[in-house]
Amino acid sequence: MRSDRTLTIVTRTLAVISAAIVVLVVGFLLRESTPALRQIGVSRFFTDASWHPRSGEFNLTPMIVATLVTSLGAIVVAAPMGIASAVFVNFYASRRLAAWHRTLIELLAGIPSVVFGLWGLVVLAPIVATFGGSGQNLFTATIVLGLMVLPTVALLSDAAIAALPREWIQGAAALGIGRSAIVGWIVLPGARRGIGSGIVLALTRALGETMAVLMLAGNIVEMPSSLLSPGRTLNANIALELGYASVGHRSVLFVSGLMLMLVVSAIIFLVSRQRGTRRDR
Amino acid sequence: MIDNGTVATAQHDRREFCVTVAVWCAAMSVIGVLIWILVDIAIGGLAEIDPGFLVEDVQNAGREGGIGPIILSTGLILVVCLTVSIPLSFGTAIALTERVGAETWFARNVRRSLDVLAGVPSIVFGLFGNAFFAMTLGLGYSILSGGLTLACMVLPILIRTSEQAIRAVPAEYRYAAAALGMKRTTIIFRVVIPVAMPTLAAGVVLSVGRALAETAALIFTSGYVARTPGSLLDSGRSLSVHIYDLAMNVPGGGSRAYATACVLVAILLGINMATSLLLRMTGLRHRSETGAAC
Repeated sequence: MRSDRTLTIVTRTLAVISAAIVVLVVGFLLRESTPALRQIGVSRFFTDASWHPRSGEFNLTPMIVATLVTSLGAIVVAAPMGIASAVFVNFYASRRLAAWHRTLIELLAGIPSVVFGLWGLVVLAPIVATFGGSGQNLFTATIVLGLMVLPTVALLSDAAIAALPREWIQGAAALGIGRSAIVGWIVLPGARRGIGSGIVLALTRALGETMAVLMLAGNIVEMPSSLLSPGRTLNANIALELGYASVGHRSVLFVSGLMLMLVVSAIIFLVSRQRGTRRDR
Repeated sequence: MIDNGTVATAQHDRREFCVTVAVWCAAMSVIGVLIWILVDIAIGGLAEIDPGFLVEDVQNAGREGGIGPIILSTGLILVVCLTVSIPLSFGTAIALTERVGAETWFARNVRRSLDVLAGVPSIVFGLFGNAFFAMTLGLGYSILSGGLTLACMVLPILIRTSEQAIRAVPAEYRYAAAALGMKRTTIIFRVVIPVAMPTLAAGVVLSVGRALAETAALIFTSGYVARTPGSLLDSGRSLSVHIYDLAMNVPGGGSRAYATACVLVAILLGINMATSLLLRMTGLRHRSETGAAC
């Protein structure tokens, strides 16, 4: 039995290492952002006049707003399309078409964000530019971001719909209820939790996305006045400035990374807890 | 009465028709956009690609020459990433599945922390890798830093797929092996892992896809240098970073960015097919693992 104990010890050690990585990530973010939090303080990230790190002005608000606008906008794009895709594969498509559709959605999920960015830059931005501006603005970024997180909504909604008891749908059909009414009154309400968590997870994806937005949003730090104005998200800001940031500036970038991490983790934690309580019931 | 009935039916029919059209339109436009992207990349890229492109050195900031060193760096980053992440995640998956049925306190908390890790934005991994591997451990901007950062990033998905692979092995196999008096270690290495092998491999291939697609975590860990790396401590540019750099920082680099994107997408399509082939071998479906963040 000694070798069994070795196995337990080795595998558990590996598991502890895997679990510790997240602690390490948070630890390092905190360590690197402490100088900024100590010397500058949280309130100045919202009250400073502007974002000019070299002259000691660290207003993050425009970037926070841009991050929220693009992420929420992406959900507005992705949620209806994703849910419609899930309904399509379960109720409207033939079995073969549904299998194809699922494969293609998974393919969409696998396309790298730089490729989305490149496509947006070369194809979509010139189209958006006909509405005015250079085409590199929050609107373009939002659309592409929506396409990127769509598979998350579609696949999770699909799973939630497929998990519904078949008797509900058969029963409704036996009552002579039409297909659209079955979807609208039985399927979507029944699967609303699964669809909801799909949308929330898509939101965390959108909040965490960097490259496509960096390539498309125009990257000018200013409070966005409309969807067609350029903007810079927190993620893009880190990617643009970490390379040359001096000590204090670098620390502020870590603070913004910490903000992102905390928001995303809080959302995921809440979703997983909600799932947990449902499982217990 | 009869009139009312026909009006109601007509209304129903119309609504039914409108919903059907709307659902079809939404589904088809999603697929349409995907095909648009793929065709656009293929047309723009294939025009630029010749056999030399894949092996030649990067010249004139990428406007000329090929992507030979980039492919080498990408490969090395992947090797580092997998060398670290495969043992870690297989070990963790075995630890998480050691008790059949009820979940231990230990497993629950390990899984919870992995769920959080799965949601960490890639740029945050970039910050972490820069602070920990590049600065604190003194690896600098190097392939080693990049590979290790990616290892942390793919860990949650690799553990999840490995765990599902191990769980999918019928419990009877374990019971039968245990009834023969095999030790748990022997059962795992001689029975469970061989049976789960295709699914485990599919998980690895899936993680390779994730790692290849990653850019933000690599910019500040493995760096920008486009020369052929001499060792793992040299900086090396991955395919995705190369695309980003060509598209954003090199005026006139657009067509070469397309060519590189074409190579990357082709590799990812191959990976996608390999995954589904491996999963078909086991007869398992993989709907829940891809695309889902947690």
